[in-house]
Amino acid sequence: MKHIADWALNISNQRGAFYADARVVDDRSRALATKNGKISHASDGESLGIGIRVLADGAWGFAASDDLSRAAVEGTAARAVAIAKASARVKQQDVRLAPEKPVTAEWTTPYQIEPFTISVEQNIDLLFKIDSELRSVAGVTMAETNMNFRREEQWFVSSEGTNIRQTKYSTGVGYAAHAFAGTEIQKRSYPTSYGGQWQNKGYELIHELKLVENARRIGEEAVALHKADQCPEGTFTIVLDGAQLGLQIHESIGHPIELDRVLGMEANFAGTSFLTLEKLRKLRYGSDLVNVVADARQEHGPGLGTFGFDDEGVPAQCTPIITNGLFTGYLSSRETAHAIGADRSGGTLRAEGWNRLPIIRMTNVSILPGEGPLTLEQLIADTDQGVFMQTNRSWSIDDKRYNFQFGCEIGWEIKNGKRVRMLKNPSYSGITTEFWNSLDAICSRDEWTLWGTPNCGKGQPQQVMGTGHGAAPARFRDIRVGSAYKGN
Amino acid sequence: MLNRNKAADVFDRIQRYSTADEVEALFYAGHSSLTRFANNTIHQNVAEENSVVSVRTAFGERTARATTNKLDEESLKRAVKSAEDIARVQHPDPELLAMPASGGKNYGAIPSRHFDETAAITPEQRAEAVQKVVSVARKQKLTTAGIFSTAELVEGIFNSRGLNDWHTQTSSDISVTMLAADSSGWQKANSPNVAHLDAVALAEIAARKAVESASPREIPAGKYTVILEPAAVLDIVGFMFFDFGGLAILDQRSFLNNRVGTKIFGENINISDDVGHPLQSGVPFDGEGMRRQRVHLVEGGVVKRLVYARATAEKMKKSEHRDKVGVVEPTGHGFPIPNEMGEAPMNIVFGASTDPKTVDQMIASTERGLLVTRLWYIREVDPYEKILTGMTRDGTFYVENGKLREGVRNFRFNESLIHMLSNVEEMGTPVRASGEESFDMVVPAMKVRDFNFTEVTKF
Repeated sequence: MKHIADWALNISNQRGAFYADARVVDDRSRALATKNGKISHASDGESLGIGIRVLADGAWGFAASDDLSRAAVEGTAARAVAIAKASARVKQQDVRLAPEKPVTAEWTTPYQIEPFTISVEQNIDLLFKIDSELRSVAGVTMAETNMNFRREEQWFVSSEGTNIRQTKYSTGVGYAAHAFAGTEIQKRSYPTSYGGQWQNKGYELIHELKLVENARRIGEEAVALHKADQCPEGTFTIVLDGAQLGLQIHESIGHPIELDRVLGMEANFAGTSFLTLEKLRKLRYGSDLVNVVADARQEHGPGLGTFGFDDEGVPAQCTPIITNGLFTGYLSSRETAHAIGADRSGGTLRAEGWNRLPIIRMTNVSILPGEGPLTLEQLIADTDQGVFMQTNRSWSIDDKRYNFQFGCEIGWEIKNGKRVRMLKNPSYSGITTEFWNSLDAICSRDEWTLWGTPNCGKGQPQQVMGTGHGAAPARFRDIRVGSAYKGN
Repeated sequence: MLNRNKAADVFDRIQRYSTADEVEALFYAGHSSLTRFANNTIHQNVAEENSVVSVRTAFGERTARATTNKLDEESLKRAVKSAEDIARVQHPDPELLAMPASGGKNYGAIPSRHFDETAAITPEQRAEAVQKVVSVARKQKLTTAGIFSTAELVEGIFNSRGLNDWHTQTSSDISVTMLAADSSGWQKANSPNVAHLDAVALAEIAARKAVESASPREIPAGKYTVILEPAAVLDIVGFMFFDFGGLAILDQRSFLNNRVGTKIFGENINISDDVGHPLQSGVPFDGEGMRRQRVHLVEGGVVKRLVYARATAEKMKKSEHRDKVGVVEPTGHGFPIPNEMGEAPMNIVFGASTDPKTVDQMIASTERGLLVTRLWYIREVDPYEKILTGMTRDGTFYVENGKLREGVRNFRFNESLIHMLSNVEEMGTPVRASGEESFDMVVPAMKVRDFNFTEVTKF
């Protein structure tokens, strides 16, 4: 495929591009799902094409095509240059790229079992087994399961001499039980909601999650929620499970640290950020216990934000984002690094596929576990009064990422260090920095999981990207609880 | 670009490669371009061409799908084989219907949605329009961000029982945000015909909102009379229409469970799904090739009808719900098979008020309330009471004694759609509106009493 990408670079150069890169991407996916004992989705997909990004007259142009014939690729490259020249008609200053040493490399997601070698029959049998367990619980009115695999093979070349072949695998699996009765629809999901757990791994992820073993409990909890008390409204201590904390990180840390948002480049759609440049290394983002990194390296774990190189050829890195509560870093790219005085990109530019322009995306934005030993049970035992909330049900945050509100599927009242009763419809809300400054305990490494968010939307045209978020259960003091259901 | 004849040739080859009892091919192809600007600069500028075929095979009661964007022999054979391999190992589904031989009732004439001028827009023309938007921003000492996009798209369906249908259309979008030091304004418009879009007019309205909402004051959260501009109405009401599918009732995941036939909204609420409406756009057939029908979903606040894919209609007729959900028949709203959701109405048209008011008239009749330009990050909190949460954005104003007084800090709301659509005091003339939280639809501005704002943010 490299020779195809080289056609693009040659024409870009001939037409006057100052810089060009080309990505040939061969994408393969499989999606299986069941609902109430039937297949609700069964499909394979493949998509192959080239995306060409150029700088000409100091401005960007990008063109993409599914046609990989020489004439089409050269025509697409010429179109990218013409688009860049049109962009240059409305510019304030020339685009500057932070330097990056050219590299020739190959990288592949480490995996134990290639997911596409497992038969569809075996996968469907597993999903039906889960479905059967969920629906064996009286009161479950809808059971859903899903299993997804993706292999993305990419050849990246640039006019600076970089030549990278990278193959990424990801696997996702999950299920949910819904229970409708009276005037309520309740729901429980496993391992978490909205598609379950996703990681850059092979089929071994499916084996690790004890899917069938947890199905009956999940069904029973969905039904039991109908008889549970309503989560009270007020200001309480809350404990969040790791999956919910992962989404809290995604929304109230991951997005505001995107430097393109900070610089106004997403103002029309995703929004801007309260983290204006003067706050770097000055803002107390959280309590001393809050340590957050953006880490794309394999040693961080098999997150959806793990890779060898980003989509402009910058190697995976670890950037300290919050250090002992102090705000210390942004997610950056070669174009934006200079805005924070950095001499190199943080390596976070990624594209959904061959037909999308790479933009700044979260890698694995994770909170580091507590240093002292602390299990979830010990954390609850250490809490006099509060609410333990599990599994996201709804999420919303303003366009500068200050005010948020999250709903969870299930809550548990904590009294004198014990879980005493189930609570339905738990929700909490707050202001980002006030919330993170109220963290006073986080569980240790044994409770820490690298969760996957497969559905992060950003950009115009919109791109959906997978991101990783390592988190352990944590406790927050004086949080506003329950206002979402105050209703009308 | 892929045309109907070439697609027919591809489908002939797919049929030859397939050993399945039945085979279907969906085609999606086109070219699209988007010029994006921020900080008064074009910072992203993209173009794309792609052609996709999605092959569905069926062996008796088993079916599956495979998709590729390569139309050469080897790729098509691989797609057919994948679809067949996955289909063969399915558990039989007795409710799977044979593929339809025709698209059923014809809606009638639908206005052309293809405009050569839109298909031919160049990057230079888009840059010229952006330059004009930037000029408006500079005149007001503002910073602007937004998009100008155009596309020419085709969508087709062929199956082995002889059904075939084809749709060609163009689309264009302009969205403009104007930013001041502590305020912002926004506008968006969308049309199949780019000649109907006026970038400067959108920029001037967005700029006025940014200027007039400067130095926003914080006022307490609570229940307010709210005037929602059409984009804000679209943003929030869009969250209920997936519940108007028959399968949502059968799955018991719909807020309309046990409510079809009852009056749940105000008498002034009338809603149809109407692909042929002159302000609508989109494909006139569904994921199986069935022609979309006009369906009156809500009349006088009463939910009268649902929409159905073929299989859902058959299933509903045999269910305990069949006598409680109005007319049950395929309406041409199904998604490609197999799918989880069944069907949904996607060409929503709100009925006109007998006494339509302009937004200015709504402001003039309001003693104390809020004017909302746009809603953002809306999510469902309670699926049965249909409580949604979200934020206001890009132009929220305090209204007092019939006048727009000042900009205010943005609010979080937690509001039930059932409650909201029961409290609509005044409506404007429905217009084609476009937002970011839901699909385009034909909606009016609305004045709603007791809209529930629960928190205020910092800006």
